[in-house]
Amino acid sequence: MVLKLEDIRLSFDGFCVLDNLSLHVKAGEFVCLLGPSGCGKTSTLRVCAGLESPLSGRVMLGDKIVTDGTKVLPPEKRHIGFLFQDFALFPHLNIFQNVAFGLKGYSKPETERRVLEVLKQVRMDKYAHALPHTLSGGQQQRVALARALAPKPGIMLLDEPFSGLDSGLRADIRDETLHVLKSTNVAAVMVTHDPEEAMFMADRIVLMKGGSIIQDGAPHELYTNPIDHFAASFFGEINIIKGVIKESTAQTILGSVPVSGFNEGEIVDVLIRPENVIVRPRNDVDQHFHTTKIEAARYLGRDSLLHLCVEDETGACTHLHARIDSQLKPIVDQNIVATMDPARAFVFRAC
Amino acid sequence: MKQYGLQNLFNGWTLFTVITALIIASPVFIVVSYVFVPTGEIWSHLADTVLGNYIYNSVLLLVGVGTGTLVVGTGCAWIVTMCRFPGQKVFEWALLLPLAVPAYVIAYTYTGLTDFAGPVQTVLREIFGWTSRRDYWFPEIRSVWGAMTMFTLVLYPYVYMLSRAAFLEQSICVLEVSRTLGRTPWQAFKDVAFPLARPAIAAGSALALMETLNDFGTVHFFAVDTFTTGIYRTWFGMGEPAAAAQLGACLLIFIVSLIALERYSRGKAAYHHTTVRYRALSKLEMSPLKQVICILACFFPVLLGFLLPAGVLLNWAFQTTEWWMNLQFVEFAFNSFILACVAALLAVFLAVLMAYGARLRPSFFTKFGVRAASIGYAVPGSVLAVGIMLPFAWTDNLVDSWAREHLGFSTGLILSGTIVAVVFAYIVRFLSVSFNGIEAGLGKITQNMDCASRTLGHNPSETLKKVHLPLIRASMFSAGILVFVDVIKELPATMIMRPFNFTTLAVRTFELASDEQLAEASSAALAMVLVGIIPVIMISRTIAKSRPGQEN
Repeated sequence: MVLKLEDIRLSFDGFCVLDNLSLHVKAGEFVCLLGPSGCGKTSTLRVCAGLESPLSGRVMLGDKIVTDGTKVLPPEKRHIGFLFQDFALFPHLNIFQNVAFGLKGYSKPETERRVLEVLKQVRMDKYAHALPHTLSGGQQQRVALARALAPKPGIMLLDEPFSGLDSGLRADIRDETLHVLKSTNVAAVMVTHDPEEAMFMADRIVLMKGGSIIQDGAPHELYTNPIDHFAASFFGEINIIKGVIKESTAQTILGSVPVSGFNEGEIVDVLIRPENVIVRPRNDVDQHFHTTKIEAARYLGRDSLLHLCVEDETGACTHLHARIDSQLKPIVDQNIVATMDPARAFVFRAC
Repeated sequence: MKQYGLQNLFNGWTLFTVITALIIASPVFIVVSYVFVPTGEIWSHLADTVLGNYIYNSVLLLVGVGTGTLVVGTGCAWIVTMCRFPGQKVFEWALLLPLAVPAYVIAYTYTGLTDFAGPVQTVLREIFGWTSRRDYWFPEIRSVWGAMTMFTLVLYPYVYMLSRAAFLEQSICVLEVSRTLGRTPWQAFKDVAFPLARPAIAAGSALALMETLNDFGTVHFFAVDTFTTGIYRTWFGMGEPAAAAQLGACLLIFIVSLIALERYSRGKAAYHHTTVRYRALSKLEMSPLKQVICILACFFPVLLGFLLPAGVLLNWAFQTTEWWMNLQFVEFAFNSFILACVAALLAVFLAVLMAYGARLRPSFFTKFGVRAASIGYAVPGSVLAVGIMLPFAWTDNLVDSWAREHLGFSTGLILSGTIVAVVFAYIVRFLSVSFNGIEAGLGKITQNMDCASRTLGHNPSETLKKVHLPLIRASMFSAGILVFVDVIKELPATMIMRPFNFTTLAVRTFELASDEQLAEASSAALAMVLVGIIPVIMISRTIAKSRPGQEN
């Protein structure tokens, strides 16, 4: 275990920021802390780094206790790497000096070798003598990564490291950072509010809300098996429809979903992602399906977004979104049949 | 395993910040504490005879200087910022020049110009054929009215500077809207620009009035009895330090109410700009006649506040070369230079440590400490001198008597009447000057820089040395320069506290002028004016760069 947080409680001005948070990170593992702003993910990172002192709880790096309640080993003694959102390169030092900044106790030739080694790793060795402000955002990010990696930290902490980059560049840098970190085999904890980015980078995602962990697992687990409304909706748009439990199935306007653990007759929420809503032209044998109309269709490139109106027995319209292959060329006002993939639907108690 | 508490680590810095702050603020506390020391006869004697006079003169000066600086400062700032006329660019910085002239220096030059034997009255007599003083009336400059004029001439730049900065900050949109709503330019100024700039104007006036209350040289020379001259006389003439301290405390009440008034007016008028759109100000086009009026309105303050006195000083200095082309003058200049250098270096050093301490641990204690340490700037030099000399003399006596008793020799004066006391007074008075500059410099460094350095294995001291100090070099330099110049010009504290036979340029000027050797005093005065121009240049550069959206 590289990093262990046990029952961390943290508050600012009486406002609870972290509520008994526990987290374990294994060697070589890439963990993403994901959540909306204000969920305490950055605070968690700062507690790991020794930049905040919690009310209670323990932080262990390796087998060393570095935070024990308000007793906090200062960040400079923790041997960690920290990557900042604004890169925080020292503007008065050139790239070489920036990377060498953390190499305390290295001899001169050792320093030179190590600096060039990590700069080569991020493909910035040509810029050793440039000053930070002359570099582009992506280049600055790479130098910041090299600077954090140079002293061979026990763990890397990344605080929204890509949000300062424009979207075109972000994907490339993200890819590169992942490869560099994986090749050095250093454990990493990254904070992000972007679920796509978390899924792209992480071996494991820790979903947070209001200072606590909601769900912790591999990306596909969180996506395909969310624990509640929040976890399900955080990873993308989702349709919420009402259902009634009848004979261990939830009956909805899109068909039924097999369930267990609910009472007969209970009203539930059934959540289904737009890509798991199935539409097809209506045939004569489809009498028992609800009347469904396409209100609008929007071509989005890879797929198309359909706005559907599903009428129930009383004639009231439920508005749903569906994503279909854009080759299918839907027609507005066309009368269709909408169902769902019951294996991809999530059923929760109504809230 | 060894544990390092974050609190313990930061406590060193916090402790240093708070203790330094308390030491710096102690003279003020000491003066205030003397309010409770009974002095019996002397105080009632003072109250019966001179106190009323001090209050009357001080209030009169405050009202006069307040009005004068407000009209001249705000008026010129408005004209220069909003109107287009030939020379407008020059006046932008030239109007700051009187800031380089200490009030007592301008008082000496105008006295020399306008007294009975001076060129003005001589010329008048020659033209009209008058022969004696009884033949005509001429305003007496050595009066409370003269002092008021002198202060206005050299202190209006404070109001000019801050109100101009405020006018530059105002969005042109707001002004243009008021024009489209049917206001004339003058009404737009009266109804929109002036009220919006009021907090800044109040702050500028408060600075000017504090300088007025701080002044010793001018009122002493003009024989206008105010608190500062009263403190000096009570201390040295009557030998009553406790009563002097009580006068000082009275003066502090004046200053505290001034600051409170300024805060109050600012608190009520906390306007926020509702628009963030800025464009280059399009200046008003004017008729030739109005342009001439603008030029004259801006030229007179510069002429009377800087060109004329500086010219007179220059002229006198050329007539009295034997007074400055000698080793003695070099010695005075060297004394001033060394004092100012030491004070500036110390002030910057302490300010860096305190500002960094407050940054590391922004707690109630550090904030309070920093506030306490900066009150010295509002306290007149003469009051500070009293607050420093009293405990220093007490300590010296204690050490001396102990040494005599146990070691068999006298230690003499260790603190009071030495350079140590003078430098301490400068630090107390000017620390906030350097602190403000350095705090602003540190504020530009993001907290992530600190975190980056810390996570890369550097402790707070190493971080200060390797990251912050290189990045705030420019702020440290300009803060040092400001303190340096303030110390060169400082008179009252230096007068009271200097060691025997230790003379600076300011003291030299004062001594010669007190002996009516005005022309002979000119060289030392001129040297101070020349040094004083440095911060004027720095300030005008800062203002020019300050308008949002107009950088580069």
